[in-house]
Amino acid sequence: MQDLTNEILELIRRTSSSLPPDVEKRLRASIEKEEPGSAARGALETILKNIDLSRANSTPICQDTGTPIFQVHYPLGWSTIQLKAQIRAAMVEATKRSYMRPNAVDAIYDKNTGNNLGGDDFPYIHFEEVEGDELTIELMLKGGGCENVGRQYSLPENSLGAGRDLAGVRKVVLDAVQKAQGQGCAPGVLGVSIGGDRGSSYIKSKEVLFSEMGTRNTDPQLAELEERLTKESNEMGIGPMGFGGKTTVLDTKIVGLSRLPASYFVSVSYMCWAYRRRKLTVKGGEITYD
Amino acid sequence: MKQITTPVSDEAIRDLKVGDSVALSGMMVTGRDAAHKWMIETFIKKTRPPQGDDLQVYEELKKLLNGSVIYHCGPVVSGLDTKEYKFIAAGPTTSIREEPYQADVMKHFNVKGVIGKGGMGAKTLKGCQETPGVYFHAIGGAASFLAQTVTKVHGVFKLDFGVPEAMWVIEVKEFPVVVTMDSHGGSQHTVVEEASKKALEGLLEKPY
Repeated sequence: MQDLTNEILELIRRTSSSLPPDVEKRLRASIEKEEPGSAARGALETILKNIDLSRANSTPICQDTGTPIFQVHYPLGWSTIQLKAQIRAAMVEATKRSYMRPNAVDAIYDKNTGNNLGGDDFPYIHFEEVEGDELTIELMLKGGGCENVGRQYSLPENSLGAGRDLAGVRKVVLDAVQKAQGQGCAPGVLGVSIGGDRGSSYIKSKEVLFSEMGTRNTDPQLAELEERLTKESNEMGIGPMGFGGKTTVLDTKIVGLSRLPASYFVSVSYMCWAYRRRKLTVKGGEITYD
Repeated sequence: MKQITTPVSDEAIRDLKVGDSVALSGMMVTGRDAAHKWMIETFIKKTRPPQGDDLQVYEELKKLLNGSVIYHCGPVVSGLDTKEYKFIAAGPTTSIREEPYQADVMKHFNVKGVIGKGGMGAKTLKGCQETPGVYFHAIGGAASFLAQTVTKVHGVFKLDFGVPEAMWVIEVKEFPVVVTMDSHGGSQHTVVEEASKKALEGLLEKPY
């Protein structure tokens, strides 16, 4: 089996320091919506300068290099034990090179391990075997500030008049955006999952964030709700950094799951503007990054 | 843009109003969750006896923080092996987690400014009026950009808290911030929160 440690290290460097072009494009487009001279516009201008600088210098876009979330799709013939060891080795090296901040803290003893390895689950890696001959490793870095403002609702949520239907989903998602204010480093992107149990619901609300900006759900009523939630979130005037302004949410992505008859969960994962996600593909010995 | 250099006078602080853009220069100290809990428990409420180098650090902090600024930041730092420290990425972290501690820390050490992101609550706002002090909002996530304003890392306290939680003594030049909470009781965060709450109520009334 091919050793991918160096390639994974490069994936981490790119993810931490180079924001995907689709995200950058949205941020650039949103500048024009904010008043010249406003704090909101100033925030976006600084954000864009920072994006250029991080890319040029291979330095982290944000000092909170977040929870590393890996998704590995592998064809027959690859060992997940070896891939996991390579991911972990790359993470240690990336920390030494300052692409990553040491971010794994033992929750009981408050000790930072210093190398971004924390028990068996940090970094978080999801493996899935696929047909064909292409191996892909996707990485998302999700900062703590935005993770902290994520929310899960169990419908009905009477305080909001939110019942167990898409009308109720709309209400709780808007509530989550209002409660987040600027603390998730707005403008953000919403990953929303409807259904599942408490665990799968949160996991899927993050997985949906691996898709590109503007990707719409294939179900027309969910696609419509995605558009509507983005638009209505921006009507609340929270703005970049919560300074007040027109740009609060850049995009919304919804995924529908199965649920138990008794349960109706809605999970909202808030992704900050530093929406760091990159992909490594191995096919026939060829390596590509995007 | 107003220029402010630490240490800052009460007069200069009272002169600052919500919405002012400020370029900060001079010495400041980083401190976030572990540091605030430690300062409160060990020196302010004294619920935990000082240990190790605590008292020595306390004496240093009293001098450094007097009239100065605390920065809510957990940086990425290079040179950990050689102790030739350099800030690589250093944006603000979410400040609201320090809400239980901040006002007491400001008053105890005469801290004139707190840099962070996301704003803080009523207790800190009152602390800003009493000290007097202000809350400076930096741009969350703009870590490479902000690290470039850090001209020198003078040293570090409590590195055993881990790199992000340690208290780094830094010198900055024209670090850009916006005043979002002032010493006169003004808070941009309260304004935006109330307006957005009203807007949310309107949206909830709309039919699907």
